[in-house]
Amino acid sequence: MMNAPGPSSLPKARKDSESVIPMPGSPTRLQAFAGWARQPGVLLSLPALVVFLFGFLGPLLLVILYSFMPARSFGLDHLPTLENFVTVFQDSYYLSFAWSVGLALATTVILMLVCWPVAYGLSRIFRRSMILTLLLVLPLFVSENVRLFGWVLTLLNHGILDGTVRTLFGWEIPNLLYNVPVIILGMVYVYLPFTLFPMALGVSMIPESCREAAFDMGATRWQVFREVEIPLAMPGILIGALLTFVLTLGSISEAKILGGQSVIMIAHDIETAFTYAQNWPLGSALSTLLILLTGVLVIGLLSKLNIDKLLSRK
Amino acid sequence: MENTPAVFVNRASERAMRIWTIVVLLFIYLPMVAVVLASFSKIRFFMFPIKSWSTDWYVSVFSSIAIRDYLSTSLIIAALVTVISVVLAIAGALAFARYDWKGRSLYQKLILLPIFFPQAVLGLAILLWSSVWDVAPGWELAVFAHLVWIVPVVTLVISIQVYGFDPAIEEAAFDLGASRWQVFKEITFPILWPGIFSGALFAFLLSWGNFPLSSFTTGAEQTIPEWLYAKMVAGYTPQVPALGTLTTLLAGVLLLGGYWLGTRRRK
Repeated sequence: MMNAPGPSSLPKARKDSESVIPMPGSPTRLQAFAGWARQPGVLLSLPALVVFLFGFLGPLLLVILYSFMPARSFGLDHLPTLENFVTVFQDSYYLSFAWSVGLALATTVILMLVCWPVAYGLSRIFRRSMILTLLLVLPLFVSENVRLFGWVLTLLNHGILDGTVRTLFGWEIPNLLYNVPVIILGMVYVYLPFTLFPMALGVSMIPESCREAAFDMGATRWQVFREVEIPLAMPGILIGALLTFVLTLGSISEAKILGGQSVIMIAHDIETAFTYAQNWPLGSALSTLLILLTGVLVIGLLSKLNIDKLLSRK
Repeated sequence: MENTPAVFVNRASERAMRIWTIVVLLFIYLPMVAVVLASFSKIRFFMFPIKSWSTDWYVSVFSSIAIRDYLSTSLIIAALVTVISVVLAIAGALAFARYDWKGRSLYQKLILLPIFFPQAVLGLAILLWSSVWDVAPGWELAVFAHLVWIVPVVTLVISIQVYGFDPAIEEAAFDLGASRWQVFKEITFPILWPGIFSGALFAFLLSWGNFPLSSFTTGAEQTIPEWLYAKMVAGYTPQVPALGTLTTLLAGVLLLGGYWLGTRRRK
């Protein structure tokens, strides 16, 4: 342990000694495990791993277990049942699911288009300007409620927009709040950094030489964009798109604050089931469906990514 | 990348990108400006253009004892989250990027999962989980919930610094007879400091502004974002934009101050 053993030196040394002195039973496996577990990397990973297991995996597994309990029960000591899932499909909860998926898709597509020029400029033209980056990061640290409330003040009757138009032109703007487009506006607003920064990371992975080579061979600007830049930036684009989609899928505030209940999001239904309705198993069943959907997408993408390659650039 | 031939980035498209970036910045800051304007309005309900200005709402925010309570709850949570998450994330980041070990690739992906999960649902799941362990909701549970989400973020931030770190420097120190602790204190920590500093800044600010995790885990106690939301929904007073402006200002000052410290150190 003293000299920070290289990754392979310890287990290998173990194996050698095993082959010389054969042990009875199966301590060889145990020893290999002990050797593996004593590597500094393994030891150092433990604290964060404990937080993950005890704070993330545990709660989510509990939610999945609760989803099989009878409605309105407050314990796991009942016979498992599927009634909550039947309720989900019979009581039009699929509507809030459909709204959430639809709004999340719309938001993701809009953000892809909005963010590409900024991400491209950020990592190429503006030379990673620190001030610009700070200006774009700051909103992440202001509670989304406050920022969404800013939109309420802007779009309200006699708000910033309406007030300005009234004084300048004397027109009255019809009510802009509490409809679907304004919910999408709020989502685009809140999740913009989540698309932008992974995308900028993706753009920074395009080697200049590839673009030059393509131009030298007579490619047009559009061809370079479609056949060189997009594919090379794809890991970053996908991370940004997935992050945005998943977080929007489980959002509540935008629809509550800007939408004024014109659309009920799935996370809102989940909250209601857990709090006002005191129906934990129903809330758990809804959450389980959300966990499944996000789990499939996220694990599907993460398993294909090479994180070392993605992060050690620059 | 310094010698990008100008022909490849066409002038017109470069200008379009600049203009678009400015439009996006205006889009981001327009509602924040609206909040600032509303906080200086004298009348209780917001009307634009503002006819009479006043700073009374700031005075009432500063003199409110209830708000002082929420402020201290928010600060305690954010401070604890910062300290704990940075300690865990330094270890986590070394395992993430410095050492090569079997299982590392799986670890890297597991650790990132909480970032890719809706926070409101995570907050509710942790609330349910706390009932199993007989833990009452309160600021302690909120610290725990924040850590679940913030430890991965800080691990990622510090890891990026660790990737640029040359392990040979550590080994040289070991060869010269330094102890494990000496190497960490004299070599590893100072080299990773910029990453650790940004990680701490991120941890504090993300915890400070968090609403979805806090709202389900603090129980009877309230943080600033929770109080702001409660007042937005029912019982609006311009104290809401005033306090909103102050929290935004604090985030901005910390971020710019942190950046300023960072650049000064490099010189």
